[in-house]
Amino acid sequence: MFTPLLRRAVLLATATLLTFFAGCSKKDSPPTVADSAPAPGAKILRVGNGAEPQDIDPHVVTGVGEHKIITALLEGLVTYSPDGDIAPGVAERWDISEDNLTYTFHLRENARWSNGDPVTAQDFVRSFQRILTPSLGAEYAYKLFHLVGAEEFNTGKLTDFTQVGAKALDDHTLRLTLKHRTPFLLDSLQHYAWFPVHIPTVEKFDGLTRKGSAWTRAGNYVGNGPFNLVEWKTNQKITVTRSHTYWDHAAVKLDGIEFFAIDSADTEERMFRTGALDYCYSLPLGKIATYRREHPDMYHQDPYYGVYYYRINTTRKPLDDKRVRRALALAIDRDSIIKNILRDGGQTPALNFTPPSPKFTSAARMAGDLDEAKRLLAEAGYPDGKGMPPVEILFNTLDSHRVIAEAIQQMWRTRLGVDATITNQEWKVYLDSQQTLNYQVARAGWIGDYDDPHTFLDLWVTGGGNNQTGWSHADYDRLLRGALETKTEKERMAVYQKLEAILADEMPVIPIYFYTRVYAISPKVKNWISNPLDSRAWKWVDLK
Amino acid sequence: MFRFIARRLLETIPVLFIIVTATFFMVRFVPGGPFDSEKATTPEIRANLEAYYGLNLPLHRQYTNYLKAIVLHGDLGRSTKYASRTVNEIIADKLPTSLELGGLSLAIALVLGLSAGVIAAVRRNTKVDYIVSSFAMTGICVPTFVLGPLLVLIFAIHLGWFSASGWYVWQDRVLPSLTLGIVYAAGIARLTRGGMLEVLNQDYIRTARAKGASEARIIFRHALRGGLLPVVSYLGPAIAGILTGSFVIETIFQIPGLGREFVNSAFNRDYTLVLGTVILYAVLIISLNLVVDVVQVWLNPKLKFE
Repeated sequence: MFTPLLRRAVLLATATLLTFFAGCSKKDSPPTVADSAPAPGAKILRVGNGAEPQDIDPHVVTGVGEHKIITALLEGLVTYSPDGDIAPGVAERWDISEDNLTYTFHLRENARWSNGDPVTAQDFVRSFQRILTPSLGAEYAYKLFHLVGAEEFNTGKLTDFTQVGAKALDDHTLRLTLKHRTPFLLDSLQHYAWFPVHIPTVEKFDGLTRKGSAWTRAGNYVGNGPFNLVEWKTNQKITVTRSHTYWDHAAVKLDGIEFFAIDSADTEERMFRTGALDYCYSLPLGKIATYRREHPDMYHQDPYYGVYYYRINTTRKPLDDKRVRRALALAIDRDSIIKNILRDGGQTPALNFTPPSPKFTSAARMAGDLDEAKRLLAEAGYPDGKGMPPVEILFNTLDSHRVIAEAIQQMWRTRLGVDATITNQEWKVYLDSQQTLNYQVARAGWIGDYDDPHTFLDLWVTGGGNNQTGWSHADYDRLLRGALETKTEKERMAVYQKLEAILADEMPVIPIYFYTRVYAISPKVKNWISNPLDSRAWKWVDLK
Repeated sequence: MFRFIARRLLETIPVLFIIVTATFFMVRFVPGGPFDSEKATTPEIRANLEAYYGLNLPLHRQYTNYLKAIVLHGDLGRSTKYASRTVNEIIADKLPTSLELGGLSLAIALVLGLSAGVIAAVRRNTKVDYIVSSFAMTGICVPTFVLGPLLVLIFAIHLGWFSASGWYVWQDRVLPSLTLGIVYAAGIARLTRGGMLEVLNQDYIRTARAKGASEARIIFRHALRGGLLPVVSYLGPAIAGILTGSFVIETIFQIPGLGREFVNSAFNRDYTLVLGTVILYAVLIISLNLVVDVVQVWLNPKLKFE
């Protein structure tokens, strides 16, 4: 029926297809199995975890999703209590010197690595040395700059690590010496930059000063956390199972956790809906109302220690005039943005920069109404916006940023007579525009690194890497430096109040709203602690 | 024919060289770099990072080092985003998944498309033809990012037959392959219908009919060979499209394929991964076009290898 020619063509096509399939026969990098895979019926928590992790080496990565995985595999000096407070981790207790400059940690003797080795003070010292070694190029090395000599070592000015303020007095005693008072040191120790790695393992894979060595692969990874790495299927999931060498293994509730790498919030929500996930990390805006109405038992909105704001380039006219900046800030109807655009996800209007917390709530707030805004604008020489050149609002591609920018554009136009244009840039271009001060007004957000106002107010120091507004204020810089020298917490908080007052007056950034975390979680999940940093110790979480 | 193939293969060398060079420099001149992030680091740490990846060298040195590594060792470099993987590893890990997805979709596209096209041509201007043609038109118009979630809604969430996402068991493979396959099936159906209609009006078909050949014989023996020609020319770019264009499907269905790496590497300014995937896709497209050319000559004796 077929001509020989056609038959050959069909054969060729079939052969091509077969080759395709042959190529597909599972040739994945073999998922090396360290521990036995979880038994059927085991309590396995399935977690949506954002994009594929860069790596799970705590001295290499920088992301939030990575943080979640690493806290299952490794434990630092401190961890979280079931209530989300600071609790002893590898260190069972610590002493703080009177001048607050020396912290002595007493490590528990039963802390073990997953290969059975004891976790020692030397492990911490050598881990700190590793992340600070310039040739490793660790991005988060600066997290350790509170230590005496750490910055000098990292920038090559100091080559002898024994000069750095981290010493092992014996196997189970670690002394950290700080260059200035750091009242939030214990909070910052929750960050993985401070976590230990098993140095002999890292060395075995030649990873001491090299990123991306094979020590982080399943089968090689040696951790000291409540869970062990079993499998890493790239762009799919990372599986961890309960560790039997962990010092507090009796307290661990789950048999394992699966961290799914999911780029798209819509995909994640669909997986959650079909029961493939127990925790949906980010709920798409469009689904909030439905979940609220139909699944109130699954819907969660928690305060999140972060602020959504507009950064202003203060080096260019007309925004170099603080009256113009304040007028623009006052003309924004924050309630309307929260209600109509964010679908009332529990966010609160931001009238100052630092989100309120039990520790610190700013007394200084943006004061004034629309009349005040108009008055300020007129005073700056632009009555009813006349003569004012158009302002450009820059945002990165996401739709949620676009609608907020459009709303603000409209508010400025109708309320102040100020014309604004909006510009969308791809993420990296947008970052570059801000770093090079090649913008006028740019959308931005900041999530605190630790539970302290310092992590917010530190941003606006002159020339700081995250300042990117060109704004500089001598009093602000002086006060901020002084904050860490204060003797009591009360004095320190008083300094932060002054800093907030300066920001409210100068307005180098326009705060818009304080974040909430909106997510969905299966009612089967128990002991899910929510805290404003969205961090928890996995060992407490349980499944019904 | 061998001379033809050899010549075409030789021609690919300068083409690839131009592609590599253009991509290398273009990606460098785009604003933003691999280490820009929302939380800025110190200039010293940034310098350490750049030194670590050799990005502190003059651009021409980086370029010659890169070319040397590829030509001498086949080494595509290290990913700046995924610290623990080399580009070679990422491609070896992800390409099979993309090929599997592509292969399944292509099979669906061919089976659905060819049969629909032939039926529509044979039953021209009947209800069957209209139904098939509307199906094809809809398939062409509906983008994958609409069709995908729609299929998930029906078959995964409401009926629970297949998985909403993932790439572990066979149930995971059905919806993504179908989504990607249907779009191309629609195109193939229209082309097959068109090609068949043209052939069915030719004199030699009428002659065959006059000689009393059966309808099946006329269609399969006499008409199909000629009718397939437009489909074959379409298949080269289509296969390349299926492989490179699977980004959307891979994202919707959470599939660990290369399409996602291809697109995301550009967003991440992961220079080496951008180059690695571009080179791979260039090689694939060039080879597929060559295969199509060869098949076309086989199918159509009027063409010659020239």
